[in-house]
Amino acid sequence: MKEENRIITQANPFIPEPARIVRTYHLTEDVKFFQVRIVDMEKALSFRYRAGQFAMISVQGAGEAPFSISSTPSRPGLLEFCIRKAGTVTNALFRLKENDLIGLRGPYGNEFPVDRMKDKDILIVVGGLGAAPLRSVLLYCLDNRDQFRRVSVLHGAKRPAEMIFREEFFALKEREDLECLLAVDDDDTGSWTENIGVVTTLFPKLKEIDPANTYALVCGPPVMYKFVINEFIKLNIPKVQILMTLERRMKCGVGKCGHCAIDYIYTCIDGPVFTYWDVIHMKELI
Amino acid sequence: MRIIKLRHENLYPFLEIISKDADLWAPVKRGDKHAYNLVDDFSKIEMNTTRTILPPRKIFLPSNFNMFNISRMDYTEDFSHVKKRILFGIHPCDIHGLLTLDNFFNQAFPDPYYIKARENTLILGLSCWPDEHCFAKSTNTHIIEEGYDLFFTDLKDYFIVWIGSSSGDDLIRRKPELFNENLTDEDIKTYIRWQAERDKAYKWDLNFTAMPDLMELKYNDPLWEKLGSACFSCGSCSCVCPTCSCYNVMDQPSLNREDGKIVRHWDACTLEEYSEVAGGENFRKKKSDRLKLWYTHKLQAYISKYGKPSCVGCGRCIDTCPVDINVRTVGKALLGEEQDVFWARLHKEVTK
Repeated sequence: MKEENRIITQANPFIPEPARIVRTYHLTEDVKFFQVRIVDMEKALSFRYRAGQFAMISVQGAGEAPFSISSTPSRPGLLEFCIRKAGTVTNALFRLKENDLIGLRGPYGNEFPVDRMKDKDILIVVGGLGAAPLRSVLLYCLDNRDQFRRVSVLHGAKRPAEMIFREEFFALKEREDLECLLAVDDDDTGSWTENIGVVTTLFPKLKEIDPANTYALVCGPPVMYKFVINEFIKLNIPKVQILMTLERRMKCGVGKCGHCAIDYIYTCIDGPVFTYWDVIHMKELI
Repeated sequence: MRIIKLRHENLYPFLEIISKDADLWAPVKRGDKHAYNLVDDFSKIEMNTTRTILPPRKIFLPSNFNMFNISRMDYTEDFSHVKKRILFGIHPCDIHGLLTLDNFFNQAFPDPYYIKARENTLILGLSCWPDEHCFAKSTNTHIIEEGYDLFFTDLKDYFIVWIGSSSGDDLIRRKPELFNENLTDEDIKTYIRWQAERDKAYKWDLNFTAMPDLMELKYNDPLWEKLGSACFSCGSCSCVCPTCSCYNVMDQPSLNREDGKIVRHWDACTLEEYSEVAGGENFRKKKSDRLKLWYTHKLQAYISKYGKPSCVGCGRCIDTCPVDINVRTVGKALLGEEQDVFWARLHKEVTK
């Protein structure tokens, strides 16, 4: 092995930090909210992350999986996650109660370029569980509201009961410093007062935008990207200002296991935030 | 570089001395093929082999090993796969494979499991002679300038020994009288002749410079569907490739539920569940897409990232793939050099 590659002491990047579940409750039938704190207080306070990054969460005996951080770096100390029950790890997580311990390591991946987004209009389009990563950047923008120009949020869910962070988004509708439009594909309650239709039907309701100075962010189920990006392109938003965050299988989070490979990049190191230009450039992204 | 000579009859005495405090691994016979194995009887070492079944990666990252013992969230690292080893008889292409893995595992978040095993292993390379599958000359991995502690070029009666590191020099100093310091002009001439003849012995080549562009240009070419329909998705190509390093991680809880292990084992991007996420979404459901990823990594990705292909020309995929999907057939197909026999056979396999 080359001399410059030899290392004397090495922290093992695969050892998780014990973290305690401070609060957990159902957001929808199969999505739960988790608020956690790293047990070691010093480490909890020094856990610095940026909006858009993710962490690897483990439940001993069940395994480890990547999750977007839903809280904002502008409120340090507690970390929040929004987790859908879908596989082995999430099933185990759903069985845990407040005060139980999980393993946590990170933060990993790149971030939404909030510095470049400064003094620009921000348009956020959320579909279903896409709220998990986008809530982080949205709250960041709101906590630093004077740094950004217009903030608009379009949020679509299948049915009213499946709208993630429903109360938070309804509360946003009350604010005067941002535009928040909500839609459900199908209202099975009969009491939904907002729009009915897929999230793209909200675009005509947006006030006129200034495309050259707009950053458009989207996250949702894989099927949604094509349609939403099509709307962004119709609005003439530059491809490098269209940002999305992608889901992939990950077993390490640190660019080693290979599962999140897309063409010649790794989602865990080079992503999960990509621009639409990246998508055109790397054919496997969406 | 310090270069000395070792007479053939002095090899075993030398190995005897240096293997006293380290495990000696070298190619031995395994059926009608060869494999790297722990050696206690030097006469079993195969000096004139081509490729071994598996690349040397298996010594640094076994197909299955324990990363941690856990007890109530307390993680204890398990480095029991790391031992003091000497790996003798490794060919230039495989050393290049290790250099590629070194780059990969040292970047961003260095992987202690690979690095510790690597740091504890001395590399004693050995020259080789190509067979009809070797193409290391195309990947420029038939020569080696770094990555070894000692390198033995076999010139029939004696070896030229290249000392590549200070640890390699320490090995020589265990019994310097076995070696001859005087490299004569005649020796150098013999070496040049050997090298010229060896270079001529490569039976085929592939234009790797063209590969990154062709991977882009032929991304939607029907050849991928054809290959995909014949591929077994068995993952053999990844098992035998010196630069494949993907792995999976699994929790193994004990019955008391408080203790457990975390094990790491080889994985392959050609396997169906490789890119599947919880909830059932699979980003590479099609075999053609998975093959495309494999070849993107071998023929394109590392060239853009590290300036050289991650293929080292060892020929193992050619030896191994049951339906002949390998760097040669895929490379030639990308170049438009259609091999009728190959496609005809693929077609026969598919329609059988």
